[in-house]
Amino acid sequence: MRKITDLFKQELKVINIGLLSFKESLEDVGVKVIQVDWRPPAGGDEEVMDALKKLLGK
Amino acid sequence: MVDIEKANKEALDRLLAARPVLVGMGKAIDVIPGMKKNMILHAGPPVTWDRMCGPQRGAVIGALMYEGMAKNEKEAEELAASGEIEFSPCHHHQAVGPMAGIVSPSMPVYIIENEAFGNKAYGTMNEGLGKVLRMGAYSPDVIERLKWMENVMYPAMDKAIRYLKKIDMKNIIAQALHMGDELHNRNKGATSLFFRTIAPAMVKTSDAATAEAVLKFIDGNDHTFLNLSMPSAKASLDPARNIEGSTMVVAMARNGTDFGIQVSGMGDQWFTAPAPVPPNALYFPGFSKEDANPDIGDSSITETAGLGGFAIGAAPAIVQFVGGTPQDGLNRTLSMYEITIGENNVYQVPYLNFRGTPTGIDIRKVVEKNLPPFIDTGIAHKKPGIGQVGAGLVDAPIEVFKKAVIAFAKKYS
Repeated sequence: MRKITDLFKQELKVINIGLLSFKESLEDVGVKVIQVDWRPPAGGDEEVMDALKKLLGK
Repeated sequence: MVDIEKANKEALDRLLAARPVLVGMGKAIDVIPGMKKNMILHAGPPVTWDRMCGPQRGAVIGALMYEGMAKNEKEAEELAASGEIEFSPCHHHQAVGPMAGIVSPSMPVYIIENEAFGNKAYGTMNEGLGKVLRMGAYSPDVIERLKWMENVMYPAMDKAIRYLKKIDMKNIIAQALHMGDELHNRNKGATSLFFRTIAPAMVKTSDAATAEAVLKFIDGNDHTFLNLSMPSAKASLDPARNIEGSTMVVAMARNGTDFGIQVSGMGDQWFTAPAPVPPNALYFPGFSKEDANPDIGDSSITETAGLGGFAIGAAPAIVQFVGGTPQDGLNRTLSMYEITIGENNVYQVPYLNFRGTPTGIDIRKVVEKNLPPFIDTGIAHKKPGIGQVGAGLVDAPIEVFKKAVIAFAKKYS
């Protein structure tokens, strides 16, 4: 528990994956954020994901 | 499951080993495999007359009048719809065409030979910008220009090329990338290098008036080399077709109605989806997105070979034509490394410390990362007879890659 409270007393460096609005909210309160341009594989299409898994050997 | 990694390595190795050279010219009916007197080739995947978009119809109308098969627009339309004209994709005949991509029997074409594998590819000469056949214009001045290109420019060019025996296309392309070209929408450096190569030979082999007229025409058209970079890319990619188990894309092409891809391990099958209108574009004065035709042309063969949008980081000045900033261009090229099998061994981006361009699109990576190939392209007016209205940026529709992945898994599992 102490480690978590210690963490939040320090300067936070955040990596945000996905929704841009989360990054913007943090930047609004002065938190440094790096945005990762992540998109769900196959756009979340299950049929395509099943096919893709075979091609990727997963 | 087949060894995809091994198959893709072979496909990419074949592409990178290509040595495209310009060896001469000929009339389409004489040199293009499978060409017929009643055949018209077009850009993109297969399409019928009733489904053709405005600019492609306009170009067909113009071609039929150019061939003397129709006296006017009405006759041309009736003939095109009659069933007497056979329409076939350029890609099915080892050819590629920009925008409408129309090739008719009498049109002269460049002959590119891939010295590494002995295969050839063909493409017409570039008419210039604006109101031209490839943009769907077919007015008398367009036809007149085509006739001049057939009767004056073609013989002069052919004699000059054959005098030189061959012109190394890969060498010119590699140098042009160092000069700010990307070989799709920016061809100024490559055209200049080509001009320097052909001019002395043309002066030697043609009379002064002809040489002056032809060289002035080339000098006045910064996109002269587009019609050489495209068949060079086609000649480079064709030996990578039909490699069992390869997920590498060997063609991306648009007919203004559909966007299509072909995949090495899937033979001649096309995977298609509706062609998108470029969402980000710069339009000529007086035109807007409402005038734009959906994406059209075989010129995306350049992206397929690691040029064009994939090399846009090498062409900072192109933002004046397609919009954005030079940094946007670099970011676009960097993102394309995520979806390719490897990097080019000859075509480099100077601003990335001469890193090879992202080369060999892998349908698996496109779908896994949900990141489609990026293309920068010219935009035609949606109505026939008008011409180019702008240039812009477009992502290939992800649907075609999803269809290809599903079909590939069915075939090989």
